[in-house]
Amino acid sequence: MVETVFAPWDDPNTAPLISFKNVTKRFGDFVAIDDLSLDIFEREFFALLGPSGCGKTTMMRMLAGFENPTSGSMSLSGRDIAGIPPNKRAVNMMFQSYALFPHLSVWENIAFGLRRDGVAKDVLNARVEEMLKLTRLEKFGRRKPHQISGGQRQRVALARSLAKAPKLLLLDEPLGALDKKLRQDTQFELMDIQEQTGTTFVIVTHDQEEAMTVASRVAVMDEGRIIQVATPEKIYEAPNSVYVADFIGDVNILTGPVKAVGADTYSLNFGGKEPVTAACDRTFTEGETTHLAIRPEKIGIHAERPDGSNAVQGKVLDIAYLGNLSTYHVQLPSGQIIKAQTANTRRISRRAFTWEDPVWVSWSATAGVLLDQ
Amino acid sequence: MRRFVLIAVPYFWLLALFLVPFVIVFKIALSDAALAIPPYMPTMKDGLSAMFSQLDFENFVFLTEDDLYWKAYLSSLRIAFISTVLTLLFGYPIAYAMARAPHEWRATLMMLIILPFWTSFLIRVYAWIGILSTEGLLNRFLFWIGAISEPLTILNTSTAVYIGIVYTYIPFMILPIYAALERLDASLIEAAEDLGCSRMKAFWLITIPLSKGGIVAGCFLVFIPALGEFVIPSLLGGSGTLMIGKVLFEEFFSNRDWPVASAVAVILLLILIVPIILFQRNEQRQQEAEG
Amino acid sequence: MNRLSPFNVVSLTFGFAFLYLPMLILVIYSFNKSKLVTVWAGFSTKWYGELLSNDAFLDAAWVTLKVAVISSSIATVLGTMAAYTLVRGGRFFGRTLFSGMIYAPLVMPEVITGLSLLLLFIGVGMDRGVMTIVLAHTTFSMCFVSVVVSSRLATFDRSLEEAALDLGASPFEAFRLITLPIIAPAVVSGWLLAFTLSLDDLVIASFATGPSATTLPMKIWSSVRLGVSPEINALSSILIGLVASGVIIASLISKRHSVRIQQEERAAGRFENN
Repeated sequence: MVETVFAPWDDPNTAPLISFKNVTKRFGDFVAIDDLSLDIFEREFFALLGPSGCGKTTMMRMLAGFENPTSGSMSLSGRDIAGIPPNKRAVNMMFQSYALFPHLSVWENIAFGLRRDGVAKDVLNARVEEMLKLTRLEKFGRRKPHQISGGQRQRVALARSLAKAPKLLLLDEPLGALDKKLRQDTQFELMDIQEQTGTTFVIVTHDQEEAMTVASRVAVMDEGRIIQVATPEKIYEAPNSVYVADFIGDVNILTGPVKAVGADTYSLNFGGKEPVTAACDRTFTEGETTHLAIRPEKIGIHAERPDGSNAVQGKVLDIAYLGNLSTYHVQLPSGQIIKAQTANTRRISRRAFTWEDPVWVSWSATAGVLLDQ
Repeated sequence: MRRFVLIAVPYFWLLALFLVPFVIVFKIALSDAALAIPPYMPTMKDGLSAMFSQLDFENFVFLTEDDLYWKAYLSSLRIAFISTVLTLLFGYPIAYAMARAPHEWRATLMMLIILPFWTSFLIRVYAWIGILSTEGLLNRFLFWIGAISEPLTILNTSTAVYIGIVYTYIPFMILPIYAALERLDASLIEAAEDLGCSRMKAFWLITIPLSKGGIVAGCFLVFIPALGEFVIPSLLGGSGTLMIGKVLFEEFFSNRDWPVASAVAVILLLILIVPIILFQRNEQRQQEAEG
Repeated sequence: MNRLSPFNVVSLTFGFAFLYLPMLILVIYSFNKSKLVTVWAGFSTKWYGELLSNDAFLDAAWVTLKVAVISSSIATVLGTMAAYTLVRGGRFFGRTLFSGMIYAPLVMPEVITGLSLLLLFIGVGMDRGVMTIVLAHTTFSMCFVSVVVSSRLATFDRSLEEAALDLGASPFEAFRLITLPIIAPAVVSGWLLAFTLSLDDLVIASFATGPSATTLPMKIWSSVRLGVSPEINALSSILIGLVASGVIIASLISKRHSVRIQQEERAAGRFENN
């Protein structure tokens, strides 16, 4: 049975819900968004990921209507939305600080947007009750924001922003204030709610784990530009640059000139005793400096030189014990440190390697990705 | 459109009822006194060109010639300055003590400092008449404890004015200083002591400089209005104490010489412009520091 | 910093004694049978009686109250508008002048403000009386209101307004439904401040008034020019009593309110995983 995968971005016949075309935003001399183009499709859970100051919040505020682009155009469902004020857009936002109205009850907070639209009384009541049920807040309708806990306030903010069934929901670092356990639970709740309501979510976050967990596609941003837009798997396994590779998870980078040694196979001289081999379907010119990015879990660690290519010798400098995994920091003769991660299949006292041990680290030719930048 | 109304209404009100009156004061300061209603010449009725040709600096010249006026200005500056210093000397310790008080007390202390402010200023100054007069309570108390044998003349001297100004304006000194001290991070003092400062030194080197903004604000809030004070010198200062606010009031109401009174006001305003601008700059700097 | 040093205790004691003794003395002597401050002739409430039957005082009190209520109400509206403009208006033509006009009256000596306003009223040929006092008081009061409200607005969380806009409210609706209720305590204190300033004002009222209108401060002034007057002592005590009760009640209410809010927040925190 063929499973239909949700991937509207691959379908040339689907029109995007949101379209940024060459959008630039300047604040005085500072360029917050630099000639950015992006399409976001309906029913996506889209993540804008990047460090502070990369422009992700500015993009969100432009979608909400609190900022206008300096140049370029934005469209929602095909219509140009530049100049439309925030109160007239079919877009709602969940604020980082929740921005719950302190003098109104939970019920009134959720009803606020519906009241502004002049929704009929019985329809309004039904909708608010529906939202309270969706976010499991039925018992708290009468309470004021200061009378409920932080996690409950977050749910009120979500319910309030979904009450008007917007085409697009913007979430500004929604889980930052929650502790880790609550955050994980809420991530799955958010994904459920998004699927249930069929709303397009755009989430802004600096937490790459969060982006990888919830998003259908992730856009990694830096300094006002989008570096890569892809599904979480592609971002992780096939980053398009050292920046993306390094931003998501842990990575080892070996840098040096390459030489073609076969069909889609290159040899990289990173300054070790022998060059390493990598498979890559991109073309590089001979001598071009490239970077080989390998994830630590793809690297095996052995006491003796293993068979196959890509084996390097080194000494165990440090071990990071994480309970289920151990990350070995292996120092190569060149001084570079390679991180190799393995599951702790044996108990610690029976561990094969310890500090100062000479070891071999190895990986297959297809384990890494060759990057030109 | 709404934004325009929002800005325009208070703006035009202030233009009409604050700025325009000042322009009028300038104009009248340049006019001549007349036995007419209104008691100045020329008026608008004479026509604009006639008006401008008849304006002169006669009144300002008069102010420099007659001893009374520049003596009054100097005396006001002196009194306002000394009062400000005294208010600072008495007010700072109170503000400091309030800032060091246990947290539960602070709201109550604030309320106690502000409460006199809500009571009539006139009445509180009046109360000092009964205290400072030669048969008043202060003299009787000092007599009773044997500190003096002859009653002290305090009322109707500048000393009474100092007391009056300090008494009335001390909340305006205490509040900004208290606000500045409250924001002060206690760990800075601890760090200073940890590095070898004595208590006193830490106070002079850390606390005072960091509360500077509050001190400056408090001083301006006392000095500027004190300069033009009328009620206190009239009730407590007697005829011997010259203050320009009193002079202006008397010129206007007793002598009916509006042009001279206006000229007095203009000069007072010119004297005050520099402190007022400095005060505004200080406030802006404070706001930027917090923002 | 739980215990105060002896120096601080002394400062506070002397400070408050200095502030409150004169008022206390007034109250005590308002019950003095004798006219003189120097002699205590026994307890009596006769001066209160004389005061309350003195028509001139009662009329003046009524005028003062009327002026205070009207001028402070208008001043609160204008001052709030001005505060909003200053804090949110951004850059607009003539902003420096506007901000200067708002802050200057705060420190301007009253004789100057009073004189200038009177000259204006004469210049436009306006009849002076209650109306002109109201105009004068509104003008300087709105500046004080503006300072109080703008300081509250400056710390107001703008994301609340943005959330209101995001949910479909017009800017004016956002102000009316969200901002205003939340800054209401500051607006109310602005009103109270304007009310007190108006109630208490002598100099500006003297300049701005006409033959028909005498305010209470003006009446007090003409009495005390001649020295201590026992009716004024009685009047002072009444005013002090009213103000003191008002302030104490207000602080008690606000203290109880904030304690209750704190308790509710703490209770909510305990049920985090609900």
